[in-house]
Amino acid sequence: MTKIVNLSSLATPAGTPRPQLRIVIVGHVDHGKSTLVGRLLHETGGLADGKLEMLKAVSARRGMPFEWSFLLDALQTERDQGITIDTTQIRFRTPSRDVVLIDAPGHAEFLRNMITGASQADAAVLIVDALEGVRDQTRRHAYLLHLLGVKQVAVVVNKMDRVDFSAARFQAINDEISAHLIELGVAPVAVIPISARDGDGVAARTDRIGWYSGPTVVAALDDMTPATALDDLPLRLPVQAIYKFDDRRIVAGRIEAGHLAVGDDVVIMPAGKVAKIKSVERWSATPLAGEHGAGRSIGITLDRELFVERGDVIAHAGAVPSDTRRLRARIFWLHDQPLTAGSSILLRLGVREVRGRVVAIEKAIDPGELASVETKQIARNHVGEIEIALTQPVAADRYVDNPRTGRLVIEVGGRIAGGGLVLSVDADQRAVSSDIVPVQSALQPEERSARYRHQGAVVWFTGLPGSGKSTLARALEHRLFAKGGSPILLDGDTLRAGLNRDLGFSAADRSENVRRLAEMAGHLARNGHIAIVAAVSPSRGDRAEARSAVDTAFREIYVATPAEICEQRDPKGHYAKARAGDLPGFTGIANDYQAPETVELRIDTSKVDVGRAIDGIEDMLRQTKVLDEGADLAAFEAV
Amino acid sequence: MTSTNLERVRSDVVSMDHLDQLEAQSIYILREGFARLKKLALLWSLGKDSNVMIWLARKAFFGHVPFPALHVDTGKKFPEMYAFRDRYSKEWGLDLTVEYCPPIDSVDPTLPPAARSAARKTEGLKLALAKHGFDGLIAGIRRDEEATRAKERVFSPRGVEGGWDVRDQPPEFWDQFNASPPPGAHLRIHPILHWTEADIWAYTARENIPIIPLYLAKDGKRYRSLGDADITNPVASTASTIAEIMVELDGTKIPERAGRALDHETEDAFERLRVAGYL
Repeated sequence: MTKIVNLSSLATPAGTPRPQLRIVIVGHVDHGKSTLVGRLLHETGGLADGKLEMLKAVSARRGMPFEWSFLLDALQTERDQGITIDTTQIRFRTPSRDVVLIDAPGHAEFLRNMITGASQADAAVLIVDALEGVRDQTRRHAYLLHLLGVKQVAVVVNKMDRVDFSAARFQAINDEISAHLIELGVAPVAVIPISARDGDGVAARTDRIGWYSGPTVVAALDDMTPATALDDLPLRLPVQAIYKFDDRRIVAGRIEAGHLAVGDDVVIMPAGKVAKIKSVERWSATPLAGEHGAGRSIGITLDRELFVERGDVIAHAGAVPSDTRRLRARIFWLHDQPLTAGSSILLRLGVREVRGRVVAIEKAIDPGELASVETKQIARNHVGEIEIALTQPVAADRYVDNPRTGRLVIEVGGRIAGGGLVLSVDADQRAVSSDIVPVQSALQPEERSARYRHQGAVVWFTGLPGSGKSTLARALEHRLFAKGGSPILLDGDTLRAGLNRDLGFSAADRSENVRRLAEMAGHLARNGHIAIVAAVSPSRGDRAEARSAVDTAFREIYVATPAEICEQRDPKGHYAKARAGDLPGFTGIANDYQAPETVELRIDTSKVDVGRAIDGIEDMLRQTKVLDEGADLAAFEAV
Repeated sequence: MTSTNLERVRSDVVSMDHLDQLEAQSIYILREGFARLKKLALLWSLGKDSNVMIWLARKAFFGHVPFPALHVDTGKKFPEMYAFRDRYSKEWGLDLTVEYCPPIDSVDPTLPPAARSAARKTEGLKLALAKHGFDGLIAGIRRDEEATRAKERVFSPRGVEGGWDVRDQPPEFWDQFNASPPPGAHLRIHPILHWTEADIWAYTARENIPIIPLYLAKDGKRYRSLGDADITNPVASTASTIAEIMVELDGTKIPERAGRALDHETEDAFERLRVAGYL
């Protein structure tokens, strides 16, 4: 066969292969992004025949002077309104690069389209109007470049003709935007004065900007480099799917970082199972030998039958990602409804899909404002740092350790609503490393909470024997059930009669008793029920463990009835027996009860009656978002 | 041994060229589509782009194409195209599904003639969707073909009527795609959106993918893009091999779809077709 010419690798003037560079042009609306694109195409000879004439005709039809931007603003609505709505791509060549130009809209309304364009880019051109200077959308786009991981940024100060090519005006904008970018950790590669309409500074330094000695736009683009694959980082092969089309069982995915070869010992995270790579499969050739690097979409077979599923990450032993159920991330939010603490979310971490809950929100700001006020929820087009508790363990990297696997998006209603970077991974929330394969419920938590009108939770009553825990627990169970909820009572003594009958009252057995209660209650809570636990649970440490196992769904109520009143009541006769010496180590009189320091609620049953106590519990559950806002008794009866 | 895994150096890794990178990205997209949708079909127009797409699917799924190849047939294709379809659907082991387009009367009469003819294909597509209940259609459109296609998403949601809401496209962060069409609606999946015409030819040559001979010059003319025989015109060309096509493309400033009458009848003819569900 004839050796064919690959257009994209046609040599540069220096004889080297011609790399492809993807550039996004961003900036405030009307600062001239599309005009710059049109001018760049014209200057580099990238315009198709007839396009110039078409532009003249289209401009004339709308009674406008010649508009470069109509070249890219292909949609009728864009031409009519004179703004770019969606991202567009177009190609041209600089002396040593094939450039794919992505023109992104500057309107705040279309930020999702700017993100779509910018997240595919190797480098960016940030455009600023010389007259208007740095605006909110300039800052927002700059912030997004940082968040999306675009490190090479050239700034162009456009419409210099409108400021009489003033070097002083240029310097002022240069100082402001450079300081802003450097603060974001993005050092501009050049700041260039231009007039996109007239061509100054785009491909040539004209006399009008004679005072400027830096590169032109074309020269700056020519100096930028395509993003490189992460061959040097530890192996990360996220599993896209397992294929069994024939007798092979192929684990398919794209190598996001590092490299692999047949014979490698690998670990499948988060479960931590180990195997050896038996073969690297490929159609239409025989299995491949050699090293396979980052960026390849491949398929491998393993030397043993393991349960591997979509979302697992294959790594080399000794350099595995963290397995965790808790992440901290910096998120840019696009949805109309602000993201708030307590929200249930669907997270995509690479190909891994997992449900979770926003535990806390910090540092939420509008990146478009200079002096931004911090809030506790992330509004549309704002950023914030969030803490997320996941329902399942995942394999995760921090963004600083791996820029490809350390990023995530959040979906709302089946649509991407925000995205960002993994800041840290909580190693205390490690998954169990074993071959146990938990089966998930067929129902989603949302489906249950829609029916019960409450979130899953654990209400944990702690207090001395006789303090009134069981009474309150039973009354709460009744109240919640009457409202259509799904409460389930777990009484410490009742469970000791069956599930926990192997346990005594030693410190170790008591800890185990509490651990089992917490596990069971947590399971019920994750499945949408409200588990009501009534247990002395005297050890503060055991209760802290329980809280940690249940996570954000844990509500602790200290039944703080004074000891002498508990002993007077003595409903089960335990105090009397203990005084008689028949119950060694009984908590009521052994003074080993460790009262909680901070709890969601504290109730002294010697001061309030049961009804009012339950009202108080209901208020607390509503305030802490367990009960839905409108879920009161009246509403239930009206149904 | 584990230690050798970590000690190996990057220089052992075979580096990827431009076509390798395009291929890897397309395979990733195809696998995401297959993993996240329930009932897929690949739109096979028999042209150079959809042939590359089938090739990529065979790579992604190790020799298999695990969904039907859907040919929405206007009945007005070139005879060479039908011959190609019948031969390679067998050779490539495709699950070929042919849907015939309804008569021209059922199509929006306000569209200009060629666009109206093309809109038949949209109607045929809607019939196929209704009949088979596909929730995802894999389509071989490219950003460099046409300005409104440049604004497409990799996973592009369509309304229940198959329409494209250009004002409300969801964001695609990195390689995260929106794959949850509402009930009754479907997604278009575009695995070669990022390729160019030159990339298609370079890859076709490298992989030795069969093509319809109409693409190669005969008597000073060849087709750059294939559609219905009555609304597609050849361009002047002497390129009789793929290598010659590539040299020709390097010098040309004539757009690829210049011979496709439907693109040029009015300023917004193509956008209107696409909003209504055309490819």
